[in-house]
Amino acid sequence: MSDALNELGALIEAKRTDCVLAWDVTFGELNIDVAPSNLLAFVEFLKTEPTCKFSTLIDITAVDYPERSKRFDVVYHFLSMHQNQRVRLRVSIREEDMVPSITPVHAGANWFEREVFDMFGIIFTDHPDLRRLLTDYGFRGHPLRKDFPTTGYTEVRYDEELKRVVYEPVDLVQEYRQFDFMSPWEGANYILPGDEKQEEAK
Amino acid sequence: MMDGSKFDDGSVDALQGEQKIRNFNINFGPQHPAAHGVLRLVLELDGEIVERCDPHVGLLHRGTEKLMESRTYLQNLPYFDRLDYVAPMNQEHAWCLAIEKLTGTEVPRRAQLIRVLFCEIGRVLNHLMNVTTQAMDVGALTPPLWGFEDREELMIFYERACGARLHANYFRPGGVHQDITDKLLDDIEEWAITFPDRLDNIDGLLTENRIFKQRNVDIAVVDQETVLQYGFSGVMARSAGLAWDLRRAQPYECYDEFEFQIPVGKNGDCYDRYLMRMEEMRQSVSIIRQAIVKLREATGDVLARGKLTPPKRSDMKTSMESLIHHFKLYTEGFHVPAGEVYAAVEAPKGEFGVYLVADGTNQPYRAKIRAPGYAHLQACDHLSKGHQLADVAAIIGTMDIVFGEIDR
Repeated sequence: MSDALNELGALIEAKRTDCVLAWDVTFGELNIDVAPSNLLAFVEFLKTEPTCKFSTLIDITAVDYPERSKRFDVVYHFLSMHQNQRVRLRVSIREEDMVPSITPVHAGANWFEREVFDMFGIIFTDHPDLRRLLTDYGFRGHPLRKDFPTTGYTEVRYDEELKRVVYEPVDLVQEYRQFDFMSPWEGANYILPGDEKQEEAK
Repeated sequence: MMDGSKFDDGSVDALQGEQKIRNFNINFGPQHPAAHGVLRLVLELDGEIVERCDPHVGLLHRGTEKLMESRTYLQNLPYFDRLDYVAPMNQEHAWCLAIEKLTGTEVPRRAQLIRVLFCEIGRVLNHLMNVTTQAMDVGALTPPLWGFEDREELMIFYERACGARLHANYFRPGGVHQDITDKLLDDIEEWAITFPDRLDNIDGLLTENRIFKQRNVDIAVVDQETVLQYGFSGVMARSAGLAWDLRRAQPYECYDEFEFQIPVGKNGDCYDRYLMRMEEMRQSVSIIRQAIVKLREATGDVLARGKLTPPKRSDMKTSMESLIHHFKLYTEGFHVPAGEVYAAVEAPKGEFGVYLVADGTNQPYRAKIRAPGYAHLQACDHLSKGHQLADVAAIIGTMDIVFGEIDR
């Protein structure tokens, strides 16, 4: 399995040297890093090239790494029913960058790109209908970014007096619990009460 | 009104020649019984013909993927039951496979067979629900009443294995939570022997029924181009003649040991898909019976004992390390090595996949759930264009939409 993938990776790199930034096979899966500017042409190449035929778009998603300068990884999964292979494309972009939409090649990318826009705020150029998809009408923010709190900012309830649903800021009865599982034996640096005296003594 | 009077919006009808007729927009759902949940469709109609169909989804969005980022791997497992709640264990399976792929865990044979057994029970559960409620959408009332009786029996099998009828939380990374008893195996086998007869009864109600055929034949015809363009999988893809089944093409667990046929459609219409689902149920029953025979021989542990799984109860009574392990497993959880994987299973509705990015801690850094219904529903506009309004109900039924997995 991995041999075939290595072969495929080398072949794709040889044919499209300009598009492939890097590739590797890990956990028996082929990953290819692509620059955003070449994405559309490369996806079309993968779809039409007889040795690849990655004609089914499985998934588009993104991963947020706030500490990196290129904050987002947009991840594409393709499947070839003809070759029985899968491939994953990764496109790293900065927060303000835009990604070309692949809807001209895969009509099914429409909703996946809308969802990524909704959840991460990544804009896809030339997308036919880039609206929010999963969140509420009039929702603000991009929930799957790491800096968006899990509780959100607003909550809704039905108001008996106004006879309609009202939006209010989230009021937590108890703080959202995030447990810290780092153990002191694995390098956690806790400041215990009283430790500051040690510093003062020095 | 042909008298040239004013409409509410100030426009005036022409007095002579052909009338200028505006298309009619209607809202379908979100509280429509044929919408299979909370689907809102904005339909543009020309008379009774659908011109445009704009699905609004997300009314059941619970932020599963966001919640998963702040919970441990084991705590995330029950979320998968709540995705496609018609066949819960098939979803758990994908999550377990993703974790096992990252950690390189080998699942014991008995656990693999139990997983196959319950995955196929899940497939029957799902298809029973889909076939009979789709029939209800096009006007038949009896099939769901009959079908749900069998679903009830299957859910009792679920309950006897894991204690819950719906939200099973049964498949665990490294195996399944509890071993099943021989009595349960006997009962499932007895059910599997009698079930084809009852399936024939439903078959007798629907297959040659004139109204059912009128409502389903040549409706929502899917061709291979559509399948590839929109990323269809499962029954939707196979109805167009693409023999693609992950159980065969990329076998997981021990599916390669089983003998089963994969029904493929010829015309790609709703009626083909109904026939295929009926046949898939018969094949599933055959797999269930094969699995039971294999399970009687494969006696052994159902969990790969190690860091991922709890120690045996008897060990906990005698060994301090086991007790600590048990405590740490259910509080801190296990750590998964950094990396990213995609694991997919052939869920009853199509390819259900999990893309998991782990950063080496006890919680997933990012988990993306790839639901088959999501890809199918977005082709709704393409499929329903040119059909009658009444056919929209049949199309939604045949796409096998469950909102738990689409909205996540």
